[in-house]
Amino acid sequence: MKRVYPNKDFCIGCRLCELACLTAHSESKDLIIAYTEERLTGLAPCKAVYENGPVCVSLSCRHCEDAFCVSTCISGALYKDKVSGKTMYNESKCVGCWSCMMACPYGAIKRNPVKKKIIKCDLCEGREMPACVEACPNAALVYEDRDE
Amino acid sequence: MLFKPLSQTFHDFIIDRDKDLCINCKVCMRQCSYGAHFWDKARQCVSHDNTKCVGCRRCEAFCPTGALNIRYKQSEFRQNALWRAEYIKNLYKQADTGGVLLSGMGCPKPYPIYWDNLLLDASQVTNPSIDPLREPMELRTYLGSKPDVLSFGKGKGGVTLKTELAPQVKLETPILFSAMSFGAINFNLHIAMARAATETGTLYNTGEGGLHESLYKYGKNTIVQVASGRFGVHREYLNAGAAIEIKIGQGAKPGIGGHLPGEKVDARVSETRMIPVGSDALSPAPHHDIYSIEDLRQLIYALKEASEYKKPVSVKIAAVHNSAAIASGIVRAGADIVAIDGFRGGTGAAPTMIRDNVGIPIELALAAVDQRLRDEGIRNQASLLIAGGVRCSADVIKAIALGADAVYIGTAALLSVGCTLCGRCYTGKCPWGIATNDAKLAKRQNPEVAAKRMANLIRAWSHEIEEMLGGMGLNSIESVRGNRDKLRGVGLNQVELDTLGVKPAGR
Amino acid sequence: MKYVIVGSGVAAIAAVEGIRKFDAKGKIVIVTEEEVPTYGRPLISYFLAGKIGPEQLSLRPESFYRDLGVEVKLGTRISGLDTKAKKITTEDNKKISYDRLLLATGGKPFVPPIGNIEGPDVYGFTTLAHAEALQDAAGDLKKAVVVGGGMIGLKAAEGLSGRDVSVSVVELAPRVLSAAMDEISGNLLARRLEEAGVKIFCNVSAKKIKRAKNGKVQGVVLSNGATLSAGAVVVAVGVIPNTDLAKAGRLKVGRGVVVNEFLQTSDPKVYAAGDLAEVRDMLTGEAGVIPIWPNAYSQGHYAGKNMAGAKVPYPGSMPMNSIAFFGLPTVSVGIVNPKEGQGFEVVKELNEEDQTYRKLVFRKDKLVGYVLVGDVDLAGLYTGFVRFSLPVDDEIKEKLIHGEPSALLWPDEFFSQQWNPGAATALGSI
Repeated sequence: MKRVYPNKDFCIGCRLCELACLTAHSESKDLIIAYTEERLTGLAPCKAVYENGPVCVSLSCRHCEDAFCVSTCISGALYKDKVSGKTMYNESKCVGCWSCMMACPYGAIKRNPVKKKIIKCDLCEGREMPACVEACPNAALVYEDRDE
Repeated sequence: MLFKPLSQTFHDFIIDRDKDLCINCKVCMRQCSYGAHFWDKARQCVSHDNTKCVGCRRCEAFCPTGALNIRYKQSEFRQNALWRAEYIKNLYKQADTGGVLLSGMGCPKPYPIYWDNLLLDASQVTNPSIDPLREPMELRTYLGSKPDVLSFGKGKGGVTLKTELAPQVKLETPILFSAMSFGAINFNLHIAMARAATETGTLYNTGEGGLHESLYKYGKNTIVQVASGRFGVHREYLNAGAAIEIKIGQGAKPGIGGHLPGEKVDARVSETRMIPVGSDALSPAPHHDIYSIEDLRQLIYALKEASEYKKPVSVKIAAVHNSAAIASGIVRAGADIVAIDGFRGGTGAAPTMIRDNVGIPIELALAAVDQRLRDEGIRNQASLLIAGGVRCSADVIKAIALGADAVYIGTAALLSVGCTLCGRCYTGKCPWGIATNDAKLAKRQNPEVAAKRMANLIRAWSHEIEEMLGGMGLNSIESVRGNRDKLRGVGLNQVELDTLGVKPAGR
Repeated sequence: MKYVIVGSGVAAIAAVEGIRKFDAKGKIVIVTEEEVPTYGRPLISYFLAGKIGPEQLSLRPESFYRDLGVEVKLGTRISGLDTKAKKITTEDNKKISYDRLLLATGGKPFVPPIGNIEGPDVYGFTTLAHAEALQDAAGDLKKAVVVGGGMIGLKAAEGLSGRDVSVSVVELAPRVLSAAMDEISGNLLARRLEEAGVKIFCNVSAKKIKRAKNGKVQGVVLSNGATLSAGAVVVAVGVIPNTDLAKAGRLKVGRGVVVNEFLQTSDPKVYAAGDLAEVRDMLTGEAGVIPIWPNAYSQGHYAGKNMAGAKVPYPGSMPMNSIAFFGLPTVSVGIVNPKEGQGFEVVKELNEEDQTYRKLVFRKDKLVGYVLVGDVDLAGLYTGFVRFSLPVDDEIKEKLIHGEPSALLWPDEFFSQQWNPGAATALGSI
């Protein structure tokens, strides 16, 4: 299954991936409206750039095979898709208990405090290539299948 | 601008921020290594300080909404043909600091560019052009000393070559990556050049910064340089490459040595150059063991001994007034390749006065050297490489027509990976990650991406050369080599035409 | 291979998913006394509070059972277990054979010795049926007493309070949430509850229920002599492992059903997972029952995998709770009330104004537990340090203490293996 693999040797911390992710998941699909207006309704990127000195990296859901978040979800909103292998999220079932956010040791789940739902990477359902990978100017995010 | 020194008031660039498009995402802030963009806490928005802008346009390139535009500051001094703005501003700087003006990249002054006054021939009617997409085109070039005579004999397998050939280096295309030292530029770019050279079948030059061990595996596509500071020179180094180059001079700063400020010497640079971390790497002006042509011959043969006569030895000089005589001496001293670097050549750091006022155009130097060596009957004893402001494939083919065997590209290679010629290489803050090894900035050059771009450049130019060759009805670069008749001059006076050995257009 | 699972909690679902990873064909039967397929038990608080409807309760869609070939027998209570014959017996004496059996009957509510507890208007709060009953009763109810100030009790209180019932909580310990939270976080939550109108009485227990002549509840008499008037009582003191079936099958039972690292009971063909299983706490190393949803899932999952033939040892359970009361989110993971003098280092940061709190518990060079109140967004990254037992040097400790946990603080190799396997670094792949 194709995943987005982050390379911390070449991430330059520009955060264009976060902006692209935000836009791709917005209603307007327009960066300016997404950033200045939609964020006020709780819209946030699924990607987060972390920095430690000169090193930085952009991380999002790993779509783990044995997902900790799926194991903690009390409503079944998070589940593994049998066909694609992705960790899927059904927003309508989510009750905002934040158990998944607590359980994910990769910090991949974020809170939307306005909607009381979570935000998690969906590998850009419906797009040919995840927006973050497209936006990265330094090939620090790679979209490929590395499963054996 | 309150309380700023005089020299900063007349800064060169203005950052235009379109407030309708700016979303305060801070991408520009993070990308600018000169601190020109900052977060204005009071107004809660991104703001900028125009005096810090060096016109590198990194922020403009990265702004996701296209809100930024970098432009020249309009306020002009009163028009003065003699005292142009740049002279005035440089003077202010010197009055402030008492220091030597420093510049990066090649001479930008409006001296004549002879490539732009030369035009190529094309076939019509009698000598039909060749279609490079259907016919094979030979761009292959061999660098090295060619024999005076070839003698053959008859052996068991048929005809055999009896003449022993001097060591040759094979290029699949007559374009090489010029010497840019590790330390002056990012190590990642050396990886990229090594990979790109390997992929396109050409060579890259280590420059005077030595060769890192991890790159030895690309040795077949490497020219190792021995410069006056002898940085990183040891036996394994000499044997690691496909050829060895003695750097006598450099086009951007003839007569003086290389200069790498201490800020740019980190652990890896230190290890490769064999100097302490943080110390300035100043190459002396001359090689202190070369004070005459006989000394040069001694060094050439010392290097040949050390490399068991298996690798061609090249000598690189800057294009100066008596280049022809010097080149002749170098060939007679035993060099297999002579490399001439014109005054437009780039540099990481050079005193501005020297960069802008010393040396001669490579086109004239090349023509002069090629003609002189032919006149003396020794043209075959060494290959000619030229460098110094080659901007496109047309410049390459014109150079070859004037007599070059192959062409080095330096500035062009850096442009291919994002350089915008802002000329602040000596600060070590290159925001494109090119002229720096700073941990935070160096990763802005991903070797994989850079290698692809550089290889693309070589491939694109090679293809264009094939097209131009085909257009001339030729299918081999060898047919253009030194073939001045394929060029015509426009807008040149008779002396220039004579020096170039080229007829005026129409004749 | 026929797999039979008794109980339809989350451990059962997890077991099904685990079995199917290694055995796509074997027959799976879930036998449950519930009338509905698996639902998230913690959801009943949201149900009581009116935040979700009955259609959102099912943990997996119907297609789940169909696609994975699972037969579900609802409304079937199991009373007997014959491990020699490999059969379980239903209440109406039907026998169901198995090749592998999983006991996943969870816990049953602990009923404390309260006088007059038998009779109407006394409710539990562990099943959907309880929540439905309370929902119906809440309409006419003015006051209620909740016995038990743990997670379940407070959630019941919150739910009823949201339906305009005046609630009093009675707790035996000196503070509410004494197990999952520490003193400071417990008090922050107690304060939030009190601000919302819930009355809290600690250091007392419920002695007797006061009933009217017709049996209706009138109030609760406390151990200190005071009486709280109420029209209903919710007993939510806790759950104890439901080991009846295990005992019937003569399996080894300690605090819960004893299992080995493959979740096998004393009979290798019988497994146990969930709130009834006694497993190893991965942080303290001690054996115990850790009745937390994610543990039930992971135990069920590993049990399933092992039942299907994989031999994967279970890494152990860890207490972890994410729960919000009246909008104040809290997260508590691992060891949060460390014993004095046992080498634990505790760092706390409380911001009374913002109602935020962070407590980190270190043991030697590892993070072994934490509590977050209010500012819970980075919880997962702290969990990572606990779960993966990552080394915490002084520099990393500083960052954690300042609320800046990050995957970049992980050891390089571990980071690469988890995030970027199969790729070489800059120099490595030259």
